[in-house]
Amino acid sequence: MRKAAVTTVSTVAGVVLLLSLKPHVNATPAVAAPSPSAPSSAPSSGAPSPSPSTSRTTSASPTGTYTGDTFDTRYGPVQLAVTLAQGKITAVKALRTPSGDGRSQQIASYAVPQLTSETLSAQSARIDAVSGATYTSEGYVQSLQSALDKAGV
Amino acid sequence: MSEGRRGVRHAEHVMGTVVSFDIRDPATPAVGRALREAVAWLHHVDEVFSPYRPASTVSRLGRGELAPERCGAEVAEVLELCEAAARATGGWFTHTPGGRLDPSGMVKGWAVERASRILYEAGAHNTCVNGGGDIQLRGEAAPGVPWRVGIAHPLRPGAVCAVVTGRDLAVATSGTAERGPHVLDPHTGEPATALASLTLTGPGLTWTDALATAAFAMGHGARAWTAALDTHEALAVTATGELWHTPGFPA
Repeated sequence: MRKAAVTTVSTVAGVVLLLSLKPHVNATPAVAAPSPSAPSSAPSSGAPSPSPSTSRTTSASPTGTYTGDTFDTRYGPVQLAVTLAQGKITAVKALRTPSGDGRSQQIASYAVPQLTSETLSAQSARIDAVSGATYTSEGYVQSLQSALDKAGV
Repeated sequence: MSEGRRGVRHAEHVMGTVVSFDIRDPATPAVGRALREAVAWLHHVDEVFSPYRPASTVSRLGRGELAPERCGAEVAEVLELCEAAARATGGWFTHTPGGRLDPSGMVKGWAVERASRILYEAGAHNTCVNGGGDIQLRGEAAPGVPWRVGIAHPLRPGAVCAVVTGRDLAVATSGTAERGPHVLDPHTGEPATALASLTLTGPGLTWTDALATAAFAMGHGARAWTAALDTHEALAVTATGELWHTPGFPA
């Protein structure tokens, strides 16, 4: 599915940036420790998993093209090929992406977001939901999403 | 639609976070049942997949107390997805951090996407399911009005650094804001700290979430990597507060 196919559903998208924000590193929440029940969303140390066609190596600097298995999403098959040189990614190619039946088209007809330089506060941004680093169950209470949930429909 | 008000809201504490449901279709009995089914599904997933529950299937599998072929179709499906994601990302996604079985990086997006589908199949075609910051959107917020998703600014708590607008869209963000540097670079074993957050948009949350986690671990390398994905767009804030996005986000 190419993005061009999206146009049938009038998918104009907008991304509004808050520009010229001075980062306040000190203001970063210091919730460093995940709660005991919190799933870690982390890939961490471990060797790369090359495709069977590539000789497996535990070296941290693999070279070659790694073709992923075809990944059957319910919207269609996805397959990626990643080219590495000395452990650095030099290219990624989507060999297969979802396309096909009506359901796939419906789901895949996502918007291409758009960026503008308009500055908006969270309040005036009129947002329906908030995407961000996964909050803990406790952190949710202070989250923008919590406020939106309370505000209701 | 009779006297029933439009829409249903629900927030469920599950999987160590909160999953928020925002259903914009009429609150029919069928939709209510589907919401309860979706919530039950998420708790089921938590019980089966949580590496923090000693009795979960995944914990028992990880300890070698359970043979893989006895773990059931759901576990097999998720492990297959994890392996595919690891291969597709050149090892930047892994479900065996430090040699320990932990498919959490795949499970949440997969579970939320399926919860969204449960609602869809019951007739709720305009929904937002937010799994602790990773979102599956379906349909639109109102007739003719797309959903608007704020991207939390990773360096300014309470602020939004961007708004993504769209229909039928998954939005996943990986970052350090909530839990500190916890995503490791699988190639060095060190925490990934070059980016403060990375947001990926794409059609389905399972894949979008897994790729976002992998891309975040890449650090600055994520820019070229995400630019090459023709199914997804990315937006990132670096640790020093600079913002970049893939060319596919028209300015």
